[in-house]
Amino acid sequence: MSLSEFLQRATSKWMKDGGPDDDIIVTSRIRIARNLEDMPFPVLQTDSHADEVIRLVKQALESKSVKNVGQFEFARCSDMSALDRYVLVEKHLMSRDLAEQVKHGAIALTEDEVMSIMVNEEDHLRIQCIMPGFRLQEAWNRASEVDDALEEHLPYSFHERYGYLTACPTNVGTGIRASVMMHLPGLVISGHINRLLSAVSQVGLTVRGMYGEGSEAVGNLFQVSNQMTLGESEEEIIGNLSSVVQQLIDHERSARRALMSQNRTDLEDRVCRSFGILAYARKIDSKETLQRLSDVRLGIDLGVIRGVSSSILKELMVMIQPAFLQKYFHEELAPGERDTRRAALIRERLRLDDMEVR
Amino acid sequence: MLCQECKERPATVHFTKIVAGEKSEFHLCEQCAQEKGDFFAKAAQAFNFNHLLSGLLNMESSPGVPTAQPTLRCPSCGMSYSQFTQLGRFGCPSCYDSFSARLDPLLRRIQSSETHTGKVPLRAGEQVKGRKELQRLRQDLQRSIAAEQFEEAAQLRDRIRQLEQTLDGQEGR
Ligand SMILES: [Zn+2]
Ligand SMILES: [Zn+2]
Repeated sequence: MSLSEFLQRATSKWMKDGGPDDDIIVTSRIRIARNLEDMPFPVLQTDSHADEVIRLVKQALESKSVKNVGQFEFARCSDMSALDRYVLVEKHLMSRDLAEQVKHGAIALTEDEVMSIMVNEEDHLRIQCIMPGFRLQEAWNRASEVDDALEEHLPYSFHERYGYLTACPTNVGTGIRASVMMHLPGLVISGHINRLLSAVSQVGLTVRGMYGEGSEAVGNLFQVSNQMTLGESEEEIIGNLSSVVQQLIDHERSARRALMSQNRTDLEDRVCRSFGILAYARKIDSKETLQRLSDVRLGIDLGVIRGVSSSILKELMVMIQPAFLQKYFHEELAPGERDTRRAALIRERLRLDDMEVR
Repeated sequence: MLCQECKERPATVHFTKIVAGEKSEFHLCEQCAQEKGDFFAKAAQAFNFNHLLSGLLNMESSPGVPTAQPTLRCPSCGMSYSQFTQLGRFGCPSCYDSFSARLDPLLRRIQSSETHTGKVPLRAGEQVKGRKELQRLRQDLQRSIAAEQFEEAAQLRDRIRQLEQTLDGQEGR
């Protein structure tokens, strides 16, 4: 199979398509936690409880009202290979916890992979909608629509005072986690990032690096999400997150403008060197790849690099991960081999575009 | 030496951080160190939120704070309150009512409030309304019996029976 065919088949809609403000916002994601009445949460689940949840969810997915809002494919984790489960983790459709919860877990996906439902993860259901660009409201509408259709067939556990009950009290109430993945190279290069992110974390939002551990944000990718789920409505939560994200977008744009007017040569040098490395390297690890991809994406946004698709960052940040690489090359790869194959994949992907460096 | 972050105030905080084998030195003023440190701490917190939560829950049983009776247990799933504090997870939906006395102070700390104001499921919404109505009717019934208004009491009793049947029907759906 050629790389472009593989890309068509193996990637999610969010990795290919664009969206509002997608020079900065990679994805908008809504996840809602729901549980069934009179059943222990997955942490205390027996095999028969787990089977019953799966049976009920499967039955609901077959109903007319759910089919009207989404055609889902359903699979138990035990029926999938470990490699396929980790590919879903790398595409942000499955959590690492669920990928390891082989016995009781299951997942339902729409064909475009915009909607996914994790079954028997920490909660009985985790309904997720992931869209490219800045579209939190749209993602919420879609997720809520699927939620409504499921509710017609599933007895949700709902409390008059506490709202939707969840296994962890940090999710109770709305059960909603709204998050936005942002690419913020301008703020990182100009050194404003820490001040801004510390301000963001003081208004009830959580910020973390998308890749890397602890405080390190490899590839300048950050995820901003709501921390509280109880006490505010879904609209208020989304509105609050959106307004903070909008401010971060404005700051990032002005940081980029300042860099271009004050440090243009340095910036162009950095961007073009990174492009050269991605286009010619014979071995590259994932951390360096993410950093170079960030530079190249910035170069595309600033008009320094032309002809390379702007989806390159999203596509490659997923495809260079271990499970995806092994899926593409159809073989198990030792960490050392991965660096060679990763470099080959990146070169091949860049050659699909009609690139030009100014 | 000036703070390398703001380049305004003298650097009074010096530390070395090793990330992926690469050593970087930081010389910061108190204020910038706090800002930087704050973000690091927040990131670590998000990363390890469950750990933090169980820490928060265990804190409650420190001296001076009334401790939970060791027997506080959810009758539905058998989880004890101390198991919950260790796990940071409830065992079943009924745990929320079983532990509700201890839950509200916790929710006030980790959430915006302890009352849900968001979406209500359509079906449960009907039931919630019905149950509230039922409660009101039962109070009225008590009152009319106490006032010896038996004719009104009989009417109320009929309405209560009717509503109970409707609610049972919905729940059994
Ligand atoms: Zn300073
Ligand atoms: Zn319980």
